[in-house]
Amino acid sequence: MTGLPQGVCNIRDAVATGEASAVEICQAYLNRIDTVDKALNAFNQIEYDTALERAAAIDRERVPNDSRLLLGVPIAIKDNICTRGIRTTGSSRILESWVPPYDATVIERLQNAGAIVIGKTNCDEFAMGSSNENSAFGPVRNPWNLERAPGGSSGGSAVAVATEMAAASLGSDTGGSVRQPAALCGVVGLKPTYGRVSRYGLLAFASSLDQIGPLTRTVTDAARMLAVIAGPDPSDSTTSDEPIPNYLKSLTGKLDDLRIGVPRNILGEGVDDKVLQAFDEALETLSSLGVKIREIELPHAQYAIPTYYLIATAEASSNLARYDGVRYTSRVDLDPKVASLSLMYEKTRAQGFGAEVKRRIMLGTYALSAGYYDAYYLKAQQVRTLIKSDYDTAFTEVDSILMPTSPTAAFPLGKRAHDPLEMYLADVFTVSANLAGLPAISVPCGFTSDRLPIGLQCIGRPFDEESLLRLAHGYEQATTWWTETPPI
Amino acid sequence: MPSILTKEDVDRVAELARLELTESEREMFIRQLTDILVYAQQVCELDTTGVVPTTHVLTNQGTLRPDETRPSLSRKDALASAPDPDTEKGFFKVPKVIE
Repeated sequence: MTGLPQGVCNIRDAVATGEASAVEICQAYLNRIDTVDKALNAFNQIEYDTALERAAAIDRERVPNDSRLLLGVPIAIKDNICTRGIRTTGSSRILESWVPPYDATVIERLQNAGAIVIGKTNCDEFAMGSSNENSAFGPVRNPWNLERAPGGSSGGSAVAVATEMAAASLGSDTGGSVRQPAALCGVVGLKPTYGRVSRYGLLAFASSLDQIGPLTRTVTDAARMLAVIAGPDPSDSTTSDEPIPNYLKSLTGKLDDLRIGVPRNILGEGVDDKVLQAFDEALETLSSLGVKIREIELPHAQYAIPTYYLIATAEASSNLARYDGVRYTSRVDLDPKVASLSLMYEKTRAQGFGAEVKRRIMLGTYALSAGYYDAYYLKAQQVRTLIKSDYDTAFTEVDSILMPTSPTAAFPLGKRAHDPLEMYLADVFTVSANLAGLPAISVPCGFTSDRLPIGLQCIGRPFDEESLLRLAHGYEQATTWWTETPPI
Repeated sequence: MPSILTKEDVDRVAELARLELTESEREMFIRQLTDILVYAQQVCELDTTGVVPTTHVLTNQGTLRPDETRPSLSRKDALASAPDPDTEKGFFKVPKVIE
């Protein structure tokens, strides 16, 4: 990439002024993908031709003082977000050859802003997982250590940004799937407030929790991506018409009016020492920038994982009922003598879904079934209310709540794959923001002794991405972690 | 609340979910789903008497659009990905439902 601008804002400015052409930038990213992705497996689909055609069109159509916010910026899209005419699989066999007939709203918005979709990124099947090992197309590898997991479920989106295969990417975050891989790969990952970004065209996993968010190298780039994708959408009635502030202007570098809370009581067991050390050093940095820090309590935090897995799987069991062999490409071949509709459903789903997706459908179906609904699903929804009110209470005293993004750095591939429950515990710090609908961001805050990235998570008030981005940006500017790149 | 999932439970749930399980999947799910449910039962420790369940966190009605017709997917596009479309009559075809 020598000589070419890097990052969303730099690329956009260079293309807008004519300093660089969209085609040469796009070609450089495609070359980079060709060089490194064989080892990483971050992409399910690479859009060589359409990306270059689009780049050429942008170069042709560019006008003086072109104000489009992402002009010529190559962006990778998680493969659970619909792209018209481009295969969208959710990393599942059951959608292996599905080509959506429409674009997700976020894709329309990126394209209207001049962005170039460079490819579709590998992920855990239907976004269910924390390691990217649940993909039907093989795991993504962590560029900091190829024997380690990149995190999940948006593992490919995190790796694409960490290794300069895309200037930015989109992921989806149902229980940490943008933030956790961002932390494990050393990039920025933002989950906006529930309702801030349209999910129209996102393959639905758990509809009361799902949110689309950007992964970038810097907080400024994340702010710019959010500015493009945020806002109400007539095609998604859960989007909010809350005003959209100017996120880029919120990055003032001034932090001395901000108060942050640290839930010390949940930072004990299971958290790696080096992660805690990096977290404490980040607090010292923020303190030196004038941020006021105090301890807070989140009394129901220990119930977040069971609550999340009951609610998310219940919603998933309903959402994934649509993959039944009728509308979306895959259907098993049956002997016409024995073929029946129910046999076709059962065999198509048995063949098309991977083990983790089946496990979650089973768990969710059980939690919703007669006799267990009140004990599991309704109970979890009540506990969700308690978890949310803990945050409401804390936000009367502080502007943001900080904790590590993940209790450990990247773990070895295969280490947790045999034990689903152990894998679920990786999400201990991320699921609450989804249960409570809050915006949250992960930014790089250090490395372990064997050079694996560590992430700092900041959780904010609903629809106050401004303060969140300001805090994360102020921290980023005072540190150099974000400038480090993986050895690949 | 039951703490052990039986083979019959797993079979019943698989039928509800329209999933055909192999024998080894059935064994695996009995074990793994029991582990997960035992862990999940810690939510039962909490007294939630009178607590309103949260189904979603929206603070307003969300975005409602005017109830007007607008262009939608053509029948041809909607059928394009179907495994067994009847493009002439415009149907998704499925195996027989009734014997």
